[in-house]
Parts: sequence; C-alpha cells; structure tokens
Amino acid sequence: MKKIFSRPRSMTDKPMHFCPGCTHGVIQRLIAEVIDDLGIQEDTIAIGPVGCAVFCYDYWDVDFQQASHGRAPAVATGVKRVHPDKVVFSLQGDGDIAAIGTTEIIHAAARGEKITCLFVNNSIYGMTGGQMAPTTVVGQKSTTTPRGRDRDLAGYPVKMTEMLSVLDGVVYAARVSVHNPANVLKAKKAIKKAFEVQLRGEGFSLVEILSTCPTNWGLSPLDAVRWLEKNMVPYFKLGEYKVPEEKKHEEIAVAEVAG
Amino acid sequence: MGKVLMKGNEAVAEAAVLSGCKYFFGYPITPQNEIPEYMSKRLPEVGGTFLQAESEISAINMVFGAAGSGARVMTSSSGPGISLKQEGISYLAGAELPCVIVNMVRGGPGLGNIGPAQSDYFQATKGGGHGDYRVIVYGPASVQELVDLTMDAFELADTYRNPVMILGDGILGQMMEPVEFSFPENSSPAPKPWSTSGARGRKRNLVTSLYIVPEELEKHCLKLKAKYDDVAAREKKHESYFADDADIILAAYGTTARICKAVVDQAREEGIRAGLIRPVSLWPFPDAPYNTAADHAAAFLAVEMSNGQMVEDVRLAVNGKKPVHFFGRTGGIVPAKAEIIAEVKKILGGGRQ
Repeated sequence: MKKIFSRPRSMTDKPMHFCPGCTHGVIQRLIAEVIDDLGIQEDTIAIGPVGCAVFCYDYWDVDFQQASHGRAPAVATGVKRVHPDKVVFSLQGDGDIAAIGTTEIIHAAARGEKITCLFVNNSIYGMTGGQMAPTTVVGQKSTTTPRGRDRDLAGYPVKMTEMLSVLDGVVYAARVSVHNPANVLKAKKAIKKAFEVQLRGEGFSLVEILSTCPTNWGLSPLDAVRWLEKNMVPYFKLGEYKVPEEKKHEEIAVAEVAG
Repeated sequence: MGKVLMKGNEAVAEAAVLSGCKYFFGYPITPQNEIPEYMSKRLPEVGGTFLQAESEISAINMVFGAAGSGARVMTSSSGPGISLKQEGISYLAGAELPCVIVNMVRGGPGLGNIGPAQSDYFQATKGGGHGDYRVIVYGPASVQELVDLTMDAFELADTYRNPVMILGDGILGQMMEPVEFSFPENSSPAPKPWSTSGARGRKRNLVTSLYIVPEELEKHCLKLKAKYDDVAAREKKHESYFADDADIILAAYGTTARICKAVVDQAREEGIRAGLIRPVSLWPFPDAPYNTAADHAAAFLAVEMSNGQMVEDVRLAVNGKKPVHFFGRTGGIVPAKAEIIAEVKKILGGGRQ
C-alpha cells in the first residue's frame, strides 16, 4: 500500500503534552511541515518560550535554545548575529510576546532582525492555569477575571500584528487561525511566507496564529473552535497586514491589469 | 605591542577584542559608557558585531543567544543595569553558557549615584539571580589588571562553561594608566560542539536551563556544584603585601586595595607591622591566606566602599581565630588613607569589634 501521510521529517515521535483538543499541536506540525518543505531542518535554530510551548524542543528535531519568559526575540537576535546564514525563529505565546516580552519583540522588529517570530494567541495563560492574558477579549472569563474582562479595570486586548506591522523593519506580518481545515492551510502558507522572507534576507517576519484552549476556556474541543471563530476572529482580524514591497507591487500591478 | 596609556573602560574593551570576543550587546549607563562606545568602533574592524540593545534585559539575552551559538561574547553595565541582567545571568549559569560581564560599580541602592562603589559585592559573589548557581568574579585593582583579568575571564568562561564577571568600580573604569597587551592577537577559542549552529551531520543540540523532572534537575544542580567545587579548588587568586609578619592584616580589593597599600607603607614607616591580603578572585574567595595569617596577626581590618560586604567572607576565612574589624565609606565616597590609618591605630590600641 502506498504511504500517503506521515510525520514530518523534522518532527520527533514524542507524544505531545498539550491538552486534548488544543490546536497547539496542529501549529507545531505546520511549522515542522514548512521546515521540511523548505529543506532547512539542518540549518534551523529554534528559540522556545515560557508557557504552553515550553516543551516544543521535544517535538522538533532542530538545534534549539530555550529562552526566558518573553526574551526569545533577544535570544534569537544573539543567535542570528552569530549565524546570519541560518534560519532562526521563535515560537511564543500571548503572555510571552504581548505582555512580558513586548520590549524584546518591538525592538527586534524595529531593527529588522532577519528572524521569524511565530505567535500563538489563545487569549489566555494556559500553562499557569487560565489567568487573563494581554489578548483576553473583553468580557472573557479567566481565573483572574472571574466576572469577565472588564474594560474599565483591565483595558483592551493587545493587537500585536497590527502594532508591529507599522514598523519599517517588519517585512511580513500576518494573522491566521487554525480553527478549521481551510484556515489551517492558510496558516501554513503564511508560516512558509514568513520563513521565505527570512531566507531571502529581507527582514523581520511575524505570523500570529489564533489557537484554542479548551481546558482553560472550559469548553469541549468542538465548542472551543466555535468560540474562537465567534469571539476572537471578529476582534483579531485575519489576514496579511504587511507583505514584502516587491510582492505588494506585483499585487497592485495584477489589480491594475484586472481593473 | 608596547605600553599605551588607556582609560580602564577602553582597556577592558580592547582586552576583550584581543581575546577573540566578536560580539558585544549593551545598554548605556554611567560610568561604563566608554566600553560600548569603544566596541561600536572596534568590533566591526575585526568582523564582529556591536549591537546597542533596548535594555539590559535584552542585552543579556542577546548574550545568551550568542554564547549558546558558540561565540565569545561580552556585555557591560553598572549597578542598576547589572540588577536588570540578573535574570539572564541565572539562565546563562543554568544553561552553562560562557560569557564575560563587566560591572563598573556605582553607588546604590536604587538609582544611587554615579560615584565609585563596591556595594555590588553581595550581588556579584553570592548570586544576584534565582537558583543555586555561581559566577566567577574578578576584582581588578589597576588598568593593567583589568586587561589581564579580562583576558583570563574569557579563557575561564570557556573552560568552565560559566559566566565570569569583572567587578570594577567607577574609578577603575575612568582612570588612565599605562597598559601592555601581552596576549597574542587573534586568539581563537576552542570549538564548542555543544552550541547551536544548525544540526548538519550531527544530532541536534539543545541549550536549556529547563529540567522539569525533579530528579533530573537535582542531577544537573549536583553537576553544577561539582563544577563550582572544581573552580574553587583551582582558581582562587590573591596578592599578599607585607602580610607574612604583620600584626594587623588589611583586607581590601580593587580601588580600595590600592589605598590600603599606601596605608601599609605609611604604617610600616611609623613602625606598625601592617600588611595587606588582596583578593583578586572574589568568587572563589581566597580564604586560605587569611586563615593562615590569623595564626600570627592580632587582628584584621576589612576596608570597602560599602557598608560591609566582603568583610563577611573575611570573617568566614578567619573562622573566629582573630577579630575582624570593618571600615567603609559608601555613597560614592572613597576612603582616605588617613582615616584608614586612624582605624588601624585604634584597633592596635586595644579596640575590639
């Protein structure tokens, strides 16, 4: 029988620690698929965060550095400056990148570091047990917003991709989701584009990926993807916020011809 | 290379470059700004990279990334900035990454001031960050020693895969003295097969300080302890100055030790048998010479630009054999020779702590 589906080469066979129904595993796999597709497994150095993705070094068979909470873009900067010919990327959660590590991500992006930051936004602190995240939506319940996030008390969720896309050092910035198969495919495309920007040495690339947290949202896996679509997607709008200049011109040219 | 007149901060930077340091990440703070400024000019000349970070926290984490990638790398700062680096230093020690950190100490606590001080001794030698770890700490007392110990620091960092700190002060960083760079140029560090460089033709490398299983973390901590024991057994450094027959032994490091040498000279002229034991390595602390001197000396006097920090290590070394007194000035004030001599006379005149 012909083998039509297998584990990506750059993925280990270690069972994942993620909770049942969590879409984090899908994201880990997409990244491994992109590494395989681009043939960069032996040239990749990954930087891990603190949070639910803290054990991601167990799942990718690539060189790896484990950063402290929020500092992955700074660690990635140090790695990339020593190995400018390698592919360096970080995987970070919402607490990591949008709260404690805002300084590091903003300045890595502003410098146009030739790295890729992949940001998993599940609107909650998963690893520590469901506290409010910088991306918790208004009204969303968490263990530290038991009556729902109150905008007067705790303000509004941080829109990282919008914020970072205005910086000149950022070449590619997109927000995608993995709540259904169509979006999973789009997410993979965006991750691939982000790595390609780095491979071409163009500058900083970012992909924000909306993800579920059935455990801390208190929902079944199926209800969780529905909740994401209903509550997160309207606030964290999907799409490419910044694409490489050349590509933008191409698109405009195509649009002009079409028009 | 003959002798050149150089400022301490610039001499440290040049010593690092000659030691093969190719990367520097830092954030401005007085009184050490000449280090990053010098590096920004010099590193591109040797194919290296200087990067001004957005904070000390970012700088030390860039050091982490570069050290984990096998490079010789340095950062520098002063008091408040070194406090910010402590998280990163703990991670560096945990992940066993070699690097050199320079602290040109200024007055604290808090924002304090930019005057010279030695009040970061506890932070440097007792572990300023979280967890069970050690940083090798040198306390140079001249611009020449800043150079020599910085060169040694890079070697030691690589040998033990551990952060090494140069604990200077505002005076050492700012003053100019003739120095000679005796180290061979273009020193190239030994390869680091454990570093991340892309897993080409080998198993992948993992640089981490995370050991989630208690038994594994204990094993890791015991391995670190064995390393620290090894450092303590082999790397203690000190200088003795008229200590062999001394009735009173002064204990001081860095700038304060220079003043104490002048105190010993004057005391000897006045017929007082004073001596100085100067720790050069602050961790590991050279305890044996103090303990041995306690067999003949009547008393010890620790002199510091702090309210008394190193004096605790002197007391541990002397181990109750003889009284250990303390004299210090703080807040950016340098103790004067006359006031230290007065203290020596007070102690020998029958004063007890």
